[in-house]
Amino acid sequence: MDKFTTLTATAAPLNVDNIDTDKIIPARFLKTIKRTGLGKSLFADMRYNADGSEKPDFVLNQERYRRAEILVAGDNFGCGSSREHAPWALKDFGIRCIIAPSFADIFFNNSFKNGLLPIALPEEICATLREDAAMGGNAKLTIDLARQMVIRPNGEEIPFEVDAFRKHCLLNGLDDIGLTLEHAAAITAYEAKIPSWQPKIQGA
Amino acid sequence: MPRTLFDKIWDAHVVDKLGDGTCVLYIDRHLVHEVTSPQAFEGLRMAGRKVHRVENTIAVVDHNVPTSPGRLTEVNEPESALQIATLEKNVKEFGVTYFPMSDIRQGIVHVIGPEQGISLPGMTIVCGDSHTSTHGAMGALAFGIGTSEVEHVLATQTLLQKPAKNMLIRVDGKLPEGCSGKDIMLAVIGKIGTGGGTGYVMEFAGEAISALDMAGRLSMCNMSIEGGARAGLVAPDETTFEYIKGRPFAPKGADFDAAVAYWKTLPSDAGAHYDKIVELRAEDIIPQVTWGTSPETVIPVTGSVPNPADEPDEAKRAQMEQMLRYMGLEAGQKIAGTKVDVVFIGSCTNSRIEDMRAAAAVAKGRHVADGVRVLVVPGSGLVKSQAEAEGLAKIFTDAGFEWREAGCSMCLGMNPDKLTPGQRCASTSNRNFEGRQGPGGRTHLLSPAMAAAAAITGKITDVRELV
Repeated sequence: MDKFTTLTATAAPLNVDNIDTDKIIPARFLKTIKRTGLGKSLFADMRYNADGSEKPDFVLNQERYRRAEILVAGDNFGCGSSREHAPWALKDFGIRCIIAPSFADIFFNNSFKNGLLPIALPEEICATLREDAAMGGNAKLTIDLARQMVIRPNGEEIPFEVDAFRKHCLLNGLDDIGLTLEHAAAITAYEAKIPSWQPKIQGA
Repeated sequence: MPRTLFDKIWDAHVVDKLGDGTCVLYIDRHLVHEVTSPQAFEGLRMAGRKVHRVENTIAVVDHNVPTSPGRLTEVNEPESALQIATLEKNVKEFGVTYFPMSDIRQGIVHVIGPEQGISLPGMTIVCGDSHTSTHGAMGALAFGIGTSEVEHVLATQTLLQKPAKNMLIRVDGKLPEGCSGKDIMLAVIGKIGTGGGTGYVMEFAGEAISALDMAGRLSMCNMSIEGGARAGLVAPDETTFEYIKGRPFAPKGADFDAAVAYWKTLPSDAGAHYDKIVELRAEDIIPQVTWGTSPETVIPVTGSVPNPADEPDEAKRAQMEQMLRYMGLEAGQKIAGTKVDVVFIGSCTNSRIEDMRAAAAVAKGRHVADGVRVLVVPGSGLVKSQAEAEGLAKIFTDAGFEWREAGCSMCLGMNPDKLTPGQRCASTSNRNFEGRQGPGGRTHLLSPAMAAAAAITGKITDVRELV
């Protein structure tokens, strides 16, 4: 997994609550057996007209946000399906951090597995950051994960919470599976105690 | 200390703990489908890993299979065919039990788990699909995961997780005629909002829940994710045990008795702590229908579409206006009487035999309204064959409804069953997001009986007028 340490980048404001995973990446784009190449379909129905042309009003179609790496979004971002194609598409587009008042659980989990940092901050702070973001590339935000700070263009520092384990994995780009396999002996010991009545799925 | 059902299942599955409270959680059942697994198997292959425990794992195709009667010989969309072929290659290579399209047991992953006796009380169950919450109706801790976690479970049979908070949804009283578990759940989501359950596992209890059959409980837990919850739960009881007994993968004989003895220890203890409690009276529930593009935009069928002008928050008002534009509705209009083009009866929410019976009871001896297309899509090959044996399929076809093969169908717009732009659909599925059933499609979520009523009249109708 890619490391996430610090990031200084343009932030795009997207002040819509309940951005669901079908908005982030509609189901028709999930018919892939790869993780890559989904960035062009990110926010497809919000971003493109039916003929494939861009909707000029959509934030990521505006010249100053085409290279945005931070998204400052509305409440309950990522609600809906478990599709990891949502963080894959955001990452493939170039987004590395999303700030919102709250996130849906599965999307939140999936983001960490892909080096995409979701930061939950109260609505009034998100509103301030959206105002910063409205200034485009002239007002970059900095994310310092080690110090758990969002740094505004005026230098003000805003602390945020992150799980210690997830932070450790992001800072070091660690693969979860490798870490879990360090507990292999405990897993084997657990399996030895599974009751004998529990059926096995086999011989179907 | 008294514990909740969730606490008990959680505690029984903690393999190890990391420093910050994150647990290595053991997973008893891993359900795999074609859309969210290819990259996970590829990851295993690249790392030279095996599936840790194939006897905990089952695979099926559901999301992008066609549901047309001739699907076994017809040519599928090439990208879908590739995903299916990739799953078939992977299950063979890794030795995972698999129900292909040609197997009568094939169906929607969240229908076949309970139906086969694969999903059992007290278990931890995961799948790369958010509606895995469905299996919570069995008294199991079941939740959706992303593809990285699918790979993690395949490789280790565990997940790294922190415990959720406990929420109790208590529904006492008797559910009125014409209402179902679906109506209760839509009312719950309307009350708490789509983010109301975030961070919680939602346990449903009370007289009205105890009185529900398994299909009603499965519908409710299915949509707990629409309320933002990590999972839904119903304590296992005699209804659960009766449902499980004799199912193909369920324990048999003395093993069944041993299992039941354990399952009876699972319900929440008296005095167990819940972080949040929500209460509803069942007799207050009126058949529900959504008007907007979020499951929380729900009103009784007797109600009217809300007026954005009444919303003080500017951003919320703009979102309501966008929903009305997208849905082609006027503020203040009565929802009943809204004309529909398509009716979809199916999905992991409402495609079980009980749902088929509820729809057939309304359709019996009646005929579809002119110009309306009705798709009835059973949740599995076994539901289909049972519905045919019970004469339900004949009721549907006599009424002019399409009777189709098992799959996710028109719930999610990634197989040939899709709405076209502007089409309005009365749907028993779970999400009414923009474009969910096909780009530009307009979805009204409701129960199977309400869907059948819409099919007959050609418009959103209070089913109580037809029964």
